[in-house]
Amino acid sequence: MKVNHYIKEKILEIELTEEIDHHSSEKIRLRIDYEIQRFSPKKVIIDLSKVKFMDSAGIGLIIGRYKVALSYGGTLEVRNVSGKLKKILEMSGIHKIINIKTVA
Amino acid sequence: MKDLKNELKLEFLSKSANESFARVAIAAFASQLDPTIEEISDIKTSVSEAVTNCIIHAYPNSEGWVKIHSKLYENEIEIEISDTGEGIENIDEAREPLYTTKGNLERSGMGFTIMESFMDSLKVESIVGLGTKVTMSKKIRKG
Ligand SMILES: Nc1ncnc2c1ncn2[C@@H]1O[C@H](COP(=O)(O)OP(=O)(O)OP(=O)(O)O)[C@@H](O)[C@H]1O
Ligand SMILES: [Mg+2]
Repeated sequence: MKVNHYIKEKILEIELTEEIDHHSSEKIRLRIDYEIQRFSPKKVIIDLSKVKFMDSAGIGLIIGRYKVALSYGGTLEVRNVSGKLKKILEMSGIHKIINIKTVA
Repeated sequence: MKDLKNELKLEFLSKSANESFARVAIAAFASQLDPTIEEISDIKTSVSEAVTNCIIHAYPNSEGWVKIHSKLYENEIEIEISDTGEGIENIDEAREPLYTTKGNLERSGMGFTIMESFMDSLKVESIVGLGTKVTMSKKIRKG
């Protein structure tokens, strides 16, 4: 996982690099929430371009971070979502409430 | 009669570290049928869902055994994933999209829906107090 703070713009960018499943999502969750709490970003960006595997744990992870970002006065955007990840996220309907930007 | 080409049995403790092991092992076994990348990805995700369910729901406060029994046919894979855990009271309800009994743990209730959509068939059998068995199959290279 790579974390970038853009202090002036109050943007927190998280580039996930690991496989997202039940096992890994716990650690990812703790780290992102820690960064949100200490930084109160206006916008949290989760970049999925390097994620090679994601199951339903990813849906819970993203909805959960959306709620945390919101409670700290920010928004959440999910970026670089490719084919198979997109299929899973759209099945859950979360693209109707969370800004999901896809890639071909 | 379908022609059985190969068969595998796998048993492991319900530790979350085994989720990636299980999906990679079954994907490697399935590769004997020369599936497409997309087919492999669908199988990996479905195995991950079923195994995770055993770990989270079947054995919530303890450790138990998760069993996988897979069969390869000419152009089809069958995967049975079972536990001897808590069981499911209402299977129809459990299979509904967004239904979860573990919302507090950030589960989304999409596991069964994902298995159903990524595989060609999904059967769920369960007895409360005895355990759950999920059987799924997928045609490989049907085109
Ligand atoms: N092996 C199992 N043993 C006992 N109960 C199960 C088992 N598998 C599923 N269930 C029950 O069925 C419900 C739905 O399962 P499903 O996988 O669709 O969603 P989830 O696991 O709750 O969330 P998600 O898979 O999206 O993280 C679970 O919440 C649980 O109550
Ligand atoms: Mg599940």
